[in-house]
Amino acid sequence: MNRDWLPRAVLAGIGVPLGILAARACAGLLGANPIATALNQLGLLSLALLVASLTCTPLRLVTGASFPMRIRRTLGLAAFFCGVLHALVYLALDQGLAWRALVKDAVARPFIALGVAALLAMVPLAVTSTRRAQQRLGGRRWRRLHRLAYLAGALAVGHYLLRVKADVTEPALYGTVVALGFAARLIRGRSRRSGTASERRVGGNLEATSAREEKLQNSP
Amino acid sequence: MSRRSLPPEPRGDAITPPELYVRRRELLGRAGAFVATAAGFGASLTWLSQRGAADPPPAPPSLPSLGERDGDDPFARVRESPLSLPRSEATPFEAITTYNNFYELGLSKSAPARNAGSLRARPWTVRIDGEVHAPTTVDIETLLRDFPLEERVYRMRCVEAWSMVIPWLGFPLAALLERVRPTSNARFVKLVTLHDPAQLPGQQSDVLDWPYVEGLRLDEAMHPLTLLAVGLYGRPLLGQNGAPLRLVVPWKYGFKGVKSIVSIELVRERPRTSWALAAPEEYGFYANVNPTVDHPRWSQASERRIGQLERIATLPFNGYAESVAHLYRGMDLQAEF
Ligand code: HEM
Repeated sequence: MNRDWLPRAVLAGIGVPLGILAARACAGLLGANPIATALNQLGLLSLALLVASLTCTPLRLVTGASFPMRIRRTLGLAAFFCGVLHALVYLALDQGLAWRALVKDAVARPFIALGVAALLAMVPLAVTSTRRAQQRLGGRRWRRLHRLAYLAGALAVGHYLLRVKADVTEPALYGTVVALGFAARLIRGRSRRSGTASERRVGGNLEATSAREEKLQNSP
Repeated sequence: MSRRSLPPEPRGDAITPPELYVRRRELLGRAGAFVATAAGFGASLTWLSQRGAADPPPAPPSLPSLGERDGDDPFARVRESPLSLPRSEATPFEAITTYNNFYELGLSKSAPARNAGSLRARPWTVRIDGEVHAPTTVDIETLLRDFPLEERVYRMRCVEAWSMVIPWLGFPLAALLERVRPTSNARFVKLVTLHDPAQLPGQQSDVLDWPYVEGLRLDEAMHPLTLLAVGLYGRPLLGQNGAPLRLVVPWKYGFKGVKSIVSIELVRERPRTSWALAAPEEYGFYANVNPTVDHPRWSQASERRIGQLERIATLPFNGYAESVAHLYRGMDLQAEF
């Protein structure tokens, strides 16, 4: 029973906004348009968690700290969970399960299409989040597959960007964080490919560290 | 013999392992780190998820009591109107005054109710000029004295696919326009919100080109349904609803209802209105409620009536087609949305 406490603390933290939302919903304290409030809060939660999970690896690369890798999977799975809740609130409560209107919406409206695409991009990541799936795929293929997370992040930011009416500050901030993280990984990848022998050795060490940490963060 | 009288030794697994009691302090420290991490992370996420459109609603103001009213109070002498829906259909006061789009007082639905204190609705004057024979600057008390108030319970359909039923108090815009006598050149009416970033702090950021401008064709402005509202639920307008004077055009999307008006100008050319300037492909000048012309982000075929769970079908011209459809005869409403 040597489980890492950090991801569990993070999980408990995710329970806070979800608990507050559930309590307010039950008490009728979500305002004049409770469905919209719940929908938007779940969307923002999902996005914040997804972006947080995307910054884990860049943060490790830049600072050398290992704690981000211990919570990366928890963050990603929580983002998916909130994304599913967000989509369910939309489907069941907002649209009243009017599937036909829904499909029409998803096709005709880039805003909805991007949200659906973001959620779909997260599905293979959630499915292959277990250690067993990782072993079955092999580290290299698993890592390649999980680059989809950046696609999901970009799609979700696009979804948010199209949703706001006038003030794009907030989506732009999320977009910047995703872009910076992506840039950090690109630069690191390039410097590794074009590095001298000694740098390559450092790179190799990094690779070894990351393999160890991946094992760490994938231990159940 | 004596050995037998000794109690049996505890089983090995019942003995507290030394590393546990030695590390008790460490475990307690770890529990503290757990709680601190969970709390910090939870608080940050809560903050992030309650921003913008998702911020929690303010405490709803309760319906202010009418109190003692003397016979001179214009709000005490309200006429009924045949153009009104039954009062029983009206959305609760709490919802009408806490769920608002008024970017000048904040971007979220609840911000206007929270920030309305900075808007001073008295004293207030309105300038009426342009293509008129009798331009004038008139203060709100004079307007209230000169134009008898009517209660008009109207449907209000927001372009964001939600709706309310609001018991407005006001007088027809036509009555005011007749007073200033438009010239034969007047073809449109341009109405402008107060531009004062101290009173309307939202104007400190440039999400829209301030001041907010809306407009109507002259025949739309003269239509008997078109109202200059000064109150709702029998009370003077609150800041979040556009105090002290706002436009209400019930067959058009809510954004046509320019709030806290300081200028009404009759003009020859179609005015360049705020949302149509900001996003011309999304918001047209006419903005007539039309279930067959979708907004790029949402369908306009149905709407959520605030307070109801099920969506309801949206009606052409918001249910006022019989009164207003003739204004648009011969126009392509798909193109002129
Ligand atoms: C089936 C998939 C999805 C659908 C149908 C969907 C639909 C919606 C809708 C209808 C809104 C509210 C718009 C409004 O209130 O006018 C919204 C907002 C939002 N959604 Fe989604 N969405 C989906 C997936 C996602 C995912 C996966 C994320 C994030 C990772 C996300 C993030 C957001 C955000 C951040 C907002 C805006 C919240 C705000 O402005 O406060 N959505 N979405």
